Amino acid sequence: MGINWKNYQANLFYDELINANGNARLPAKNLTRYLQSLDENELHLRQQLADAAIQDMGITFTVYTEEGNIDRSWPFDIIPRTISAKQWSKTADGLKQRLKALNLFIDDLYHDQKILKDGIIPREIIEKSTNFRKECIGISPPHGVWAHICGTDLVRDNDGEFYVLEDNLRVPSGVSYMLENRSVTKRVLPELFEQGNILPISDYTSQLFTTLADLAIGVDDPEIVILTPGIYNSAYFEHAFLAQQMGIELVEGSDLTVGKNGYVYMKTINGLEKVDVIYRRIDDLFLDPTVFNKDSTLGVPGLMKAWQTGKVALANAPGAGVADDKVVYAYVPQIIKYYLDQDPIISNVETFLCSDKKQRDYVIENISKLVVKPANESGGYGMLVGPNSTKKEQAEFVELIKNNPRNYIGQPTLALSTAPTLIGGDKLEPRHLDLRPFVLQGKYSYVTTGGLTRVAMKKGSLVVNSSQGGGSKDTWIVDTEAK
Amino acid sequence: MLSSVAERIYWTSRYLQRVESSARLVNVYTNLLMDLPKDINISWFNLVTLNSAEAEYDKRYKVRDEPNVVKFSLVDDTNSGSMLVSLSMVRENLRTNRDVMPESAWELINELSTYAHESIKNGCLNRGKRHEFLTQVINQCQLIQGYIASTLSHDEVWDMWCIGRHLEGADMTTRILDAGTNVLVSHDDHEAAHVQLIVWGNVLRCSGADHAYRRNVAASVGGIKVAKFLIFDPHFPRSVHYCISSIESAVRLLPRNRKIISSMKSLGIRQDSDFKFTESDNQLSSYCNELQLKLGQLHGIFTENWFSAK
Repeated sequence: MGINWKNYQANLFYDELINANGNARLPAKNLTRYLQSLDENELHLRQQLADAAIQDMGITFTVYTEEGNIDRSWPFDIIPRTISAKQWSKTADGLKQRLKALNLFIDDLYHDQKILKDGIIPREIIEKSTNFRKECIGISPPHGVWAHICGTDLVRDNDGEFYVLEDNLRVPSGVSYMLENRSVTKRVLPELFEQGNILPISDYTSQLFTTLADLAIGVDDPEIVILTPGIYNSAYFEHAFLAQQMGIELVEGSDLTVGKNGYVYMKTINGLEKVDVIYRRIDDLFLDPTVFNKDSTLGVPGLMKAWQTGKVALANAPGAGVADDKVVYAYVPQIIKYYLDQDPIISNVETFLCSDKKQRDYVIENISKLVVKPANESGGYGMLVGPNSTKKEQAEFVELIKNNPRNYIGQPTLALSTAPTLIGGDKLEPRHLDLRPFVLQGKYSYVTTGGLTRVAMKKGSLVVNSSQGGGSKDTWIVDTEAK
Repeated sequence: MLSSVAERIYWTSRYLQRVESSARLVNVYTNLLMDLPKDINISWFNLVTLNSAEAEYDKRYKVRDEPNVVKFSLVDDTNSGSMLVSLSMVRENLRTNRDVMPESAWELINELSTYAHESIKNGCLNRGKRHEFLTQVINQCQLIQGYIASTLSHDEVWDMWCIGRHLEGADMTTRILDAGTNVLVSHDDHEAAHVQLIVWGNVLRCSGADHAYRRNVAASVGGIKVAKFLIFDPHFPRSVHYCISSIESAVRLLPRNRKIISSMKSLGIRQDSDFKFTESDNQLSSYCNELQLKLGQLHGIFTENWFSAK
């Protein structure tokens, strides 16, 4: 017997595949029909096939534990998540709009600070931001762009609309898993790709390469490298993957040196070779021990100066993280309006700033209903999910907020959308998920076709991070108008 | 190619060769013991001496007997020269270089590593199971070498791989020869013909050279002939001469090689005119030591020239 979608409970939250009446949504029609034709045993076998493929292909991520670092197989659910091409096209426009405005904002902050002078954003928010770098003041990177690669977290609420949950402008990761998820899905559900209305995603790496190459202005055939913190970083798999896919060198800080002439070189068996563009996957504070963290052995002494004098391009530029502060996030609609004179195409999630007394009081009073997040953490760490927390945890957060109000924001607990997920090997149950598309901006803008879908594998859980028990799914942008 | 990548390829290759050599040495020693007359007391400790690891050994073991030496040589993870440590160094170096090596090389190394650890848990070091285990390890190393030779592009990465492999090979051949002379010197009856035969026969087997020797030199096995074969034969892939020629050919294909080529000449590794010794004196042993020092110098030149660009 195949899957009976009528037994699937899709009416509690917005479900990506099945509507409240138990019928498939338009972009999911082929998929659900096909799944229905498979019996439960077959479904189980396909999942095993996927797990084996992931092991063979060596798709792993690193988890930091007290016993040391463990390389784990990437958690993957074979049931794809579908979105219509029409809705995606609008969302992609919204993402490009957002990144464009954020880049204008960053560039303004490091030059004239018009937006502060005009009183759109309180000056002290920027002055107290841990990601504002005074070393970047007055610098003009190529094309006026600071954040070239952005991973934006989107969620879908009960109304079926996408909302931006956060902007990751520092060193966002996950794109390699997006690409690998598709390779695995092609292996385990090949029949579904024959109809040809699932849009391909494979051009990301060539788009990234072009974006990076465009940063070396006036250099033919520029030398581009990826700078990784090394094998013990949780995203090392991705660094190696991207280097391999783009055919560029994967380097560590010790492979690079800054010459007397101020240019950056990599150490090769041919001697020193000039490097034009560095896609750096290490945080600002580790880039250059002579400027930032003195004890950093991950960076390259003199790198900041080389960047400041335009002798090497860094992607993302140092200081770009100032716009990925969760307090700044609350102002993004105003930022879009201010620089582009447009209304945001994708909305923000309602956000309460604890730096403001009225909003802080609201957060403290309603802490059991809200999600409270620190302004500058990533990976889902250091946050409180009100409805799933104890009185004691709530009291602890109230203290944290009172001690450092600038560092906390509150948001309503969203009814994240769900999608059918294979549980216990043969049953489909709804699980909450989000979506991280990747947005590029350099000379041109580009948005991935879909993105990385992360899913909370525990029933009712809203935490999708792979380091905390999350899984992932392939994301299909389906052209429902194609013949 | 990045210097750091080149260095890791070089070491991956050296360590893989070392895994195989460690397995061969213990295997051959075990056989040697069975062949020699009971009253001849060969010392297992020679295995430690030939790797210049006496101090390391004495720090950890009181008794210089077979179980301890076998354990020290194969599985002791505090001995930087043990087979298992070499194997894990192969993995560590390859792990960060997966993008330049064929994918299956990584899988094969993992399989070998799993096999070795499982077997050790199941007591494969006992004499009854040791031969099978070590033969399997040797075969797997050969499989990996063959796989890499036939699927890796023969470009700079391959040249670096060859240099590592042959430098380690040359070094190991000199150590095995040295071990042979030590066995003979260490017991009173060393001039007895049958003892000579057994020891040198095993030296050949240790290098996998018994067949080639018989075809190219003679059916009879004698110290000088064996030493000459293992050092100077131009065709046998584990002879010092062959290894050095292979290193030289690879060096010629790599950039910035002028200094290395001239250093190789001045090291005089292939000059055999002054090679005159008899079985009874220590000349072979000191000649082998000299060769090892020269190979060490060669390693230093590689490091300076390619691995630490300034």
